[in-house]
Amino acid sequence: MKKLSYREAIREAMMEEMARDEQVVVIGEDVGRYGGCFKVTPGLIERFGDRQVVETPVSEEGLVGVAVGAAMLGMRPIVEIMYGDFSTLASDPLINHAAKMHFMTGGQVSVPMVYRTPMGSGTGAAAQHTQSLETLFTNIPGLKVVFPATPADAKGLLKSAVRDPDPVVFLEHKLYGTEGLIPDGEYTIPLGKADIKRQGTDVTIITYGKTLFTALDAAAILEDDEVSVEVVDLRSLRPLDTETIFASVCKTGRVVVMHEAPGFGGFAGEIVAQIVGDSATFNALKAPIARVCGKEMPTPFNKNLELQLPPSPHAVVAAALKLFPSAV
Amino acid sequence: MAIVFDREQGLSLLALMIRSRVFEEKIEALFSSHEMHGTTHLAIGQEAVHAGVSPALDSEDWILTTHRCHGHTLAKGASIEGMLAEFFGLSQGVAKGLGGSMHLIDLEHHNAGSSAVVGSGVAIATGMALQLKRKESSNLVVAFFGDGASNRGVIHESMNMAAIWDLPVLFLCEHNVYGMSSCADEMVSVNSIADRGSAYGIESSSVDGNDIEVVFEAVQDAARYIREDKKPFLLEVRTYRFSGHSKNDKRVYRTREEEERWSLRDPLRIFSERLIERGHLTHEEFEEMQRSERESINRIAEKLLEERNELTIEEAQSYVFTDGGVE
Repeated sequence: MKKLSYREAIREAMMEEMARDEQVVVIGEDVGRYGGCFKVTPGLIERFGDRQVVETPVSEEGLVGVAVGAAMLGMRPIVEIMYGDFSTLASDPLINHAAKMHFMTGGQVSVPMVYRTPMGSGTGAAAQHTQSLETLFTNIPGLKVVFPATPADAKGLLKSAVRDPDPVVFLEHKLYGTEGLIPDGEYTIPLGKADIKRQGTDVTIITYGKTLFTALDAAAILEDDEVSVEVVDLRSLRPLDTETIFASVCKTGRVVVMHEAPGFGGFAGEIVAQIVGDSATFNALKAPIARVCGKEMPTPFNKNLELQLPPSPHAVVAAALKLFPSAV
Repeated sequence: MAIVFDREQGLSLLALMIRSRVFEEKIEALFSSHEMHGTTHLAIGQEAVHAGVSPALDSEDWILTTHRCHGHTLAKGASIEGMLAEFFGLSQGVAKGLGGSMHLIDLEHHNAGSSAVVGSGVAIATGMALQLKRKESSNLVVAFFGDGASNRGVIHESMNMAAIWDLPVLFLCEHNVYGMSSCADEMVSVNSIADRGSAYGIESSSVDGNDIEVVFEAVQDAARYIREDKKPFLLEVRTYRFSGHSKNDKRVYRTREEEERWSLRDPLRIFSERLIERGHLTHEEFEEMQRSERESINRIAEKLLEERNELTIEEAQSYVFTDGGVE
């Protein structure tokens, strides 16, 4: 085992895959000598040259379209879009093209592309650089969507995403310096598998991405109140590992679903629908399901205000405690 | 006019133009009689572009077309049967009935299909060219788009990238005067879209798109330039869409007089008269070519209507992902 930061783990996954297969090409803005907006790509162009690192103009729609076309002829592009918010610009090649190419050609064309982009607040970058737009992608059949939280998961999932024959939206949080232990040697983590990050018996917190850390903090606080919390880290939003969700909910009977994106129309609603749609899991519920999500507003610039946007550990604790009959 | 087809080549390309015209007329009839559903975008009047582009290229050059893709697909080599079956939504179709008239594809003949989001295919074609260049291929990609699409931002982005990376793309602007109902005179800032090439440092030219010998020669010249100078090229071909935009278009946005004027420039008429003048064709032979093509298409359509095979919804779902997984 070795310790790597989130960004180093992502970089290591890319380097290993680029060395394994010269068709793996990183495409994006400022991904060359500058090393990418969040410094995920330093060292790639020096090692792999411009055959495997393609720096593009500021042309999000065009560059993702280019990646789709190249992928149709055998490239395995890893696109980096510097802020998830700019997915609005790249949505046509991703949603109208990459996601549908295999289907509407009757299976003749595949688009093995990874679309990497970071989501979320905490950087003081205001409303156009901090959104959590995962639901832009989760309602699109043909796209796979992953959102790893830890360095080890990021590395293993990215390697699987690169090898997947279809487009994978690989969402990153911006705690790029977060360190974690990485298994030695070659490994991958399958898409569509959740991970229990903490075992517990009284409440299940279901989340993904950065708010995994919020969930773990909340679980530690609840432990002091003698509430045993199980934390399910989805890692993949689509395909969704309902098996792991149902098993945990059946065990605890109480659920808090959380994410940084606003709750209204958010992915938490899908998780809730899955839980209540499964009769055994529904019958195991001992309380209504709580959602703890980001505030229903664009991200404010002011630091104190921005910090109040995502769910806090204390909000999660309060929501969890309300699920018990003794709660007032 | 420089290129003069010999008798054999001229007759073969005339046959292709006739096939495209007759095919489109058949489609129009089938939609009118409700034997086909959905929508369709005909390109009657643009046959000199259909027959003048792909046949002027190497067979391994790629094309990526638009929602108005029938003629280009035929000219690149797809079978009438596979195309018609696709229009009927049948599993024998070129996309198993999942794509329809706007999403014909024919990989065997290096036709990568089409994007029906106006202009978006140009970026895809540019990406294919990037991969061809990485593979050190001598082939190029034709990115078809129209005067309407020429105003899309993604075309600006694609031309810029193709220019900075020296990609083997032939940007082929099929200027047919109308983007749906809007006339290029009112929607495009320049008289000739070829003029936009200089903004990207891309060589360009504009030619008569209703004269197949002119189109053919311009495409050959452009392809030679792309292969030898290893740079993209922008070719505008000026033509006219006799058909409406799609099946229910009553063409209220233009006059019948304008249509009459353009009908004198009907590419089939221009070329057939020229071949007759050269002694390569008689009026009777021209009539006979059209009649036999019509008969052959009618036969194929009848056969398909008798042998309808369609995918089940489960089979269709198995094409969402490459591994057939349904989640």
